[in-house]
Formats: sequence, C-alpha cells, structure tokens
Amino acid sequence: MATINFGYTISKPRAIDMDRNNLRKSDEILREMPELQACIGCGSCTAVCTAGNLTSFNFRRVHTLIRRGEYQGAYEEMNKCMLCGKCRLVCPRGINTRGVAMLIKRKLGDNRS
Amino acid sequence: MNKRVIVIGGGAAGMQAALRLKESGVEPTIVEREAETGGKLRDWYVLFPSFTPAADVLGELRRRVAERHIEVMTSTGVKSFTSREVTLDDGRRLACDAVVLATGFTLFDASLKEEYGYGLYDNVFTSADIERMLSRGRVAKADGSRPRRIALLHCVGSRDEKVCQQHCSRVCCITGVKQAMELKKLFPEADVFNFYMDIRMFGPGYEEMYREAQQKYNIHFVRGRISEASPTIDGRVQIKAEDTLTGRPLRMSVDMLVLLVGMRANDDNAALAEGAGLRRAPSGFIAPRNLFLGNVESDAAGIFLAGTVSAPKNIGETLNEATAAADAAVEYLKRS
Amino acid sequence: MMATMKRKSWSEYQKQIADDRYYYARSCIRQNFFPGSEKAFIDILRGDLGRDLLDDPKHSSCTGIGYHSDIVPLETIMTVVARQFAMMTEAGYENFVSSCITSFGVYTEVLATWHEFPETEERTREYLFKATGREFRKPASLAHTSDVMFHFREEIARKARHRLVNVQTGEPLRVVEHIGCHYAKIFPKSGIGGCEFPYVLAGMVESWGGECVDYPERRHCCGFGFRNYLVQANRGYSIANSHKKLESMAPYKPDFIVANCPGCAMFLDKWQYAIAEMEGTTYGENGRGIPVLTYEEMAGLVLGYDPWALGMQMHQVDVEPLLDKMGIEYDPAAKYLGRNGKYIGKPASAVVNACPPDAIYDIRE
Repeated sequence: MATINFGYTISKPRAIDMDRNNLRKSDEILREMPELQACIGCGSCTAVCTAGNLTSFNFRRVHTLIRRGEYQGAYEEMNKCMLCGKCRLVCPRGINTRGVAMLIKRKLGDNRS
Repeated sequence: MNKRVIVIGGGAAGMQAALRLKESGVEPTIVEREAETGGKLRDWYVLFPSFTPAADVLGELRRRVAERHIEVMTSTGVKSFTSREVTLDDGRRLACDAVVLATGFTLFDASLKEEYGYGLYDNVFTSADIERMLSRGRVAKADGSRPRRIALLHCVGSRDEKVCQQHCSRVCCITGVKQAMELKKLFPEADVFNFYMDIRMFGPGYEEMYREAQQKYNIHFVRGRISEASPTIDGRVQIKAEDTLTGRPLRMSVDMLVLLVGMRANDDNAALAEGAGLRRAPSGFIAPRNLFLGNVESDAAGIFLAGTVSAPKNIGETLNEATAAADAAVEYLKRS
Repeated sequence: MMATMKRKSWSEYQKQIADDRYYYARSCIRQNFFPGSEKAFIDILRGDLGRDLLDDPKHSSCTGIGYHSDIVPLETIMTVVARQFAMMTEAGYENFVSSCITSFGVYTEVLATWHEFPETEERTREYLFKATGREFRKPASLAHTSDVMFHFREEIARKARHRLVNVQTGEPLRVVEHIGCHYAKIFPKSGIGGCEFPYVLAGMVESWGGECVDYPERRHCCGFGFRNYLVQANRGYSIANSHKKLESMAPYKPDFIVANCPGCAMFLDKWQYAIAEMEGTTYGENGRGIPVLTYEEMAGLVLGYDPWALGMQMHQVDVEPLLDKMGIEYDPAAKYLGRNGKYIGKPASAVVNACPPDAIYDIRE
C-alpha cells in the first residue's frame, strides 16, 4: 500500500498501559525481594545517590517503572549504579536497595540475552 | 441523681455514652432514628487494624445496653432540641436535663462523583458495598465471576473541593488497606492496586498494617488519583490516573473498582445546630466548644458531643469520646 | 456484551432554551467542511418547525479560534462578543443561538466573566461604544444550536420520515456521540446533561430510534486543540487523540458518529482519511471509515431531506452505507452535482472509502 507523507506521524501515547505491559519480570523481581513493594517513594535513596547526583539516574523512579512493567532502558539505567550502598543506609523502610539494583540487573540482563 | 439525659443517636457513640451515664447514676434515654441500634457499625464486616468482627463490638454494646435496662426509643427521629427538651418528628416533646448529641455522619454518595460512574457501571463499588458483600460472604463481579484485577481509590468525597468536602475523612486510607488485604485473601491470584493521594496511617498499628499489605500481600500502591472510569466492551472498567512517582499517565482495565467513600456531615446538622445554638465547622460537622480543653462540649451549656457528629473518627476514638462526653454531662448535672 | 449508555444524572443538568425568535450566529469553518448543515438548521427551524430565526449578515466571527490560539487577547474577544450582542439587540432579538461549540464556549465564558467581574463588562461596553458607537443588552437566553435541536427533538420525531434504525434488521443504529470539550467541560451546568454524561446529542439519538454506545474514551478530546493543530509539526498529537478515540470505539461497531462541534466533526471525519492513508487502518465496516455526521445532518436525514442537499458529499468518509441502512433513497449520480446541477468535482479515491489511492504523492511537494 502506498502511504502518503503528510509531514507528521501519529504520536505514540506516553501513558503506562497496564493492559499491554507484561508484568512477568516485575512479578519475578517482587517475588524474590517482596520488600521492594514497601517503598513509600520518599526519595531518600535518590537524594544520597552518588550516581544520581552526577547523572540523570533515579533509582526510585527506575524501580517504580519496573514494577509497572516498563523495562525499556531500565537495565542501562541500573548500570549507572556504583553500588556504594548509601541508599541502603538511609532507606526508612529498610529495603536492601543494593540487592534490588543487583536483582534488577540480573533479571533484565537475562531478558536481553 | 434523679436526672435524665437524652442521647440522640444509637450508634457506637450513643450506646457507649448511655452506658457511661447509667454507670454514673444518671438515667439515659437513647433516641434512635432507625428501627434498631448500631448505626453504621451494622454494615461493617471487620474492623481495622485487628480484623475484629464489627458484630463482636456491636453485639457487646447491645448486650450491655439491654443488661442495664437502658431505655431505647427506636424508629424515632429528632426534629429539634435544646438542653432541656427534645422535640421528636411526630411532635412529641421529651423533657430532659442534658443532651448528648451522637448522630454520627453520612456516607458520601459516590454517584456525585459522576466521572467514576457509580450506579451506572456494573463493576464500580463503594467501600460500604464491599463490607456488605464481605458480611454476606460473597464478593464477586456483577456477573458472579472472580476478579483478576482490582483497584481501590482513596479520597472519594474527601479532600475534594468539587463536591464541597474539603476535610480528610481519616479512616478511608486504613479501610482501603484493610479491604485490599481482605480481597487479596479471597482472590490470591488477583492483582490489587490502591490509588492514593497521601497515605494517612494515623492510628496504632495502622502503619504496620500498611507495610504488611505492601510486603506480605504484594498490594500495589500507586500515588495518583483516578481521574475517570469508563466501561469497556467486556464489562470491565477502564481507569486513568497519573503514576506521579514516575511522572507518567497510567491506565488499565480492572474487574472491580472500589471507591473508598468518605464521611460527610449529616444534612440535618444545620437545622439541629440552629435550633440548639450550636456552631458548625466549615466542614459542616458540629464544632466543639474548644478543640483542646472542651472537645466533647458544644457552644451550648448542657449539650455534649460524642463520636463522628463533630468530625470523622474511628471506633476506638468514638468510644473514648462517648465516655468523655458522658462524664462531662455528669459533671454538668452535678453543678446545675 | 453490548454496552449501551445508562444515564441517570442528565436531568439534573437542565437549562432554559427559548421556544422561538432566535438570533443566529454562524460558525467560521462549518460552511467549508459541512456546508449544508447551517442551511439545514435554518430550513428545519423555519420550514419544519415554523419558528422565527434571524440569519443576520452583519454579525462576525467570534474570533474564538484566534483566542484559543493565543492571537486574540481577552479584551478584544469580549468586545467582539459585545458587538454580536449589539447586533442582536438592534435587530430586536434576545435569544442568542450559536452554531459553534467554540463560540458557545466563548459566549458562556464571557458572560460568566462579566457576571463575576462586573468591571470587565463596564470596560467592554466602553470599548464597544468608542469603537462603533453601539450599545447592547445581554441575551435573555444563550443556547448552542444543538440545544435548540434537542429542545424540539420530540416534535422532529413526530415528523420523522426515517428513523435511526437499520431497516434490514430492525435494530436501532449504534451511535457514537461526541459533544466537544467547550460545550460543557468549561461550564458543566451550561450543557444539557453536564460534562460526564452529556445528553444533548444522546437525547436526539434516543428520540429518533438509535442507541448510544459508551466506550472507554468517550469523554476524550478529538484532538483539535487549536494551536496544536494549526502548527503542522504539532499535528502528530492532534491526530493521536482522534486515533485513540477511534481505536477505542471500533470494537463497538458504531454505525455512525454524530458530533456537536465544528472542529470535532471535521477532525473525526478527516483524520480517518489521514490515518487510513498513513497506516492503512480503517475503523468501520468492510474496510471503510465510520461516517461522521453533524446533528443537523442527522436531523435532516430523519426529516427526509436529500442527503446531497444536506451537503453530505463533502464528507471525507462516504455516507452511502449509512443511507442504505436507514433506507434512504438517493441518486448516486447526483452526488457531485451542486446547486443547479453544476458538476462540483470529485475527490480522488481514498483508502478510508475502501479504494486504493490513485497516486503516490507527498503533500509537502
């Protein structure tokens, strides 16, 4: 079929579509580390993050997106983590954030191969 | 003391106030609009944070009221009152020496939030509906099937200028957590999402319960208010919200949407307050004389406030306050 | 499972709609895209319903498109609105009827602003007087033309020659109604049925035998958005909104869409063409688009007007499948004959009408 070029294309929706997203990886991550669900979004981890103060890395946002089934680019983002562990010291919910970073990398890394 | 106190309202607050009055040697009369005592507790299944059956609390209160031979007038509405006289809907007048006002609250009518389609779409429920379904032992979608995905929406009819309810109803957050856990227990295979603006865990054990819901029950909490609900072709409900913690719009279809309805002031508060010389807070609830040193007293001498007539409260607070209101009434009678 | 609309609250949103003697304010763009609609409104009001309506050549654009594109300032549009009211006052009318949702929104907004901030009305009166020497009275009633059509829906139903029913199956036609953002989303009380469950078009559809479908993106904007559309580079998200609606309504297999607003009717019709040419996707039956009607066209068909006299040959999506369902007789050969039988030209074939495109071309060339 010949298509006409109108000089624009149909914009793709920005919404997180939970009907389309596949939550399998997200469920696996939460099954291994259920404590991640206890995050209350306070942002302490991001506030002290060594990488996050120098790059756009936002640990809280990335793992929240993963929990919604948005994996695109998450592995690359998680690779910015220097594993310094400051976030784990400040987390008021006692989440093993370093462990979460490692787990996400492992799970989404597997996904890529 | 040969004094008579009329307790208007026979819910948890009214019954507890009457019991305390009787204990102190004052003759209470409960005037209840409905055909039986119990108020809103009658429709509740179990109470947060301990999952205590509401019927246990209510049954015990009723048992004590009966055992102590407290006079209860049911199916009796109150038109107006002062500290010395209560006028009933049928025109009868009851003389008294003081009044405890324990008329409680009204559940917010969820259909006023038209965008959620309550009463129009089959699988939109209120928290009160869920309690009734739990009591009956049968929670299901409108077609009788098991839900695979459930969303609970906090703050329906609370913190919302659009429906003239600017106050926080306080107990809906913990109700949302409690019902999410109950639903997850019933439907372990279902995904349960709570959509909230703020999570306000004000009571003892509430924060712990919230954490348990997250970590142990794997309930998802999304910070964002659902902006609208629409029906889908297969009888589900599509909802839209912002996942504010990721900064992106979010949408999904759910099998059940549960609206956690707030507590609002009774419609007759205005007329009753005017007749008795009471003051109302901007929220429409009856204002206590002083928020610190007179929080069960009203602006009128001889009229005392117990329970949610003055603000949203949980059952524990309500019962404590009823005791305090009764004690204040007894003190007042001793002085007068 | 078919989801038909259940509405409970619409009757709580009512407004006064005048019964006769209307001052008619036209739309800027409708005459290009749906050229028979405004004439049909006048003919139906005067001819079928015997009402008095003044079609005043002296009134102007309300400048709403400029206003919503950040070109026309508030003071200017208020003065233009004041001039429209002055024209009405001078003609001896007091019931203002606007043929455009954008204009209706503008008039409602200006009247509400004057009500809340009386000093703005005073200033506007001053500007108008200085500029034109004119004075005005505010309308006794302000309505959109669809409100008037809604008001007379039962009278129209009694005179109906055709109903919104599939003559082959006897089933009601399934209709998607789209009311347009500025009808009730700015002032919900000024629209019949409010903004969540508007009833203005649904009332007509139901009175004339059809049924409305409630689909997930029913309340969503068509994507016009004024400045979003006017800049070519931004059209991607204008079309994305119509795309979202069409994707959402398609499973309900609607027989047609009826739109309240000039912009919505245009975009829901023409974006179907653009989507089909870009991606090959169509949303109606047999690989075709879903016909898009204005409420005047819908009323006209019900009252037995000739579809070509209603200007329906100007639609991007062909309406013939709908005419056939309703059992309306029409002359296919007369489709492109304009007034006095003069040939008006014929559009190239299009994917949206189940035809392969005639040529490969780049519109930018």
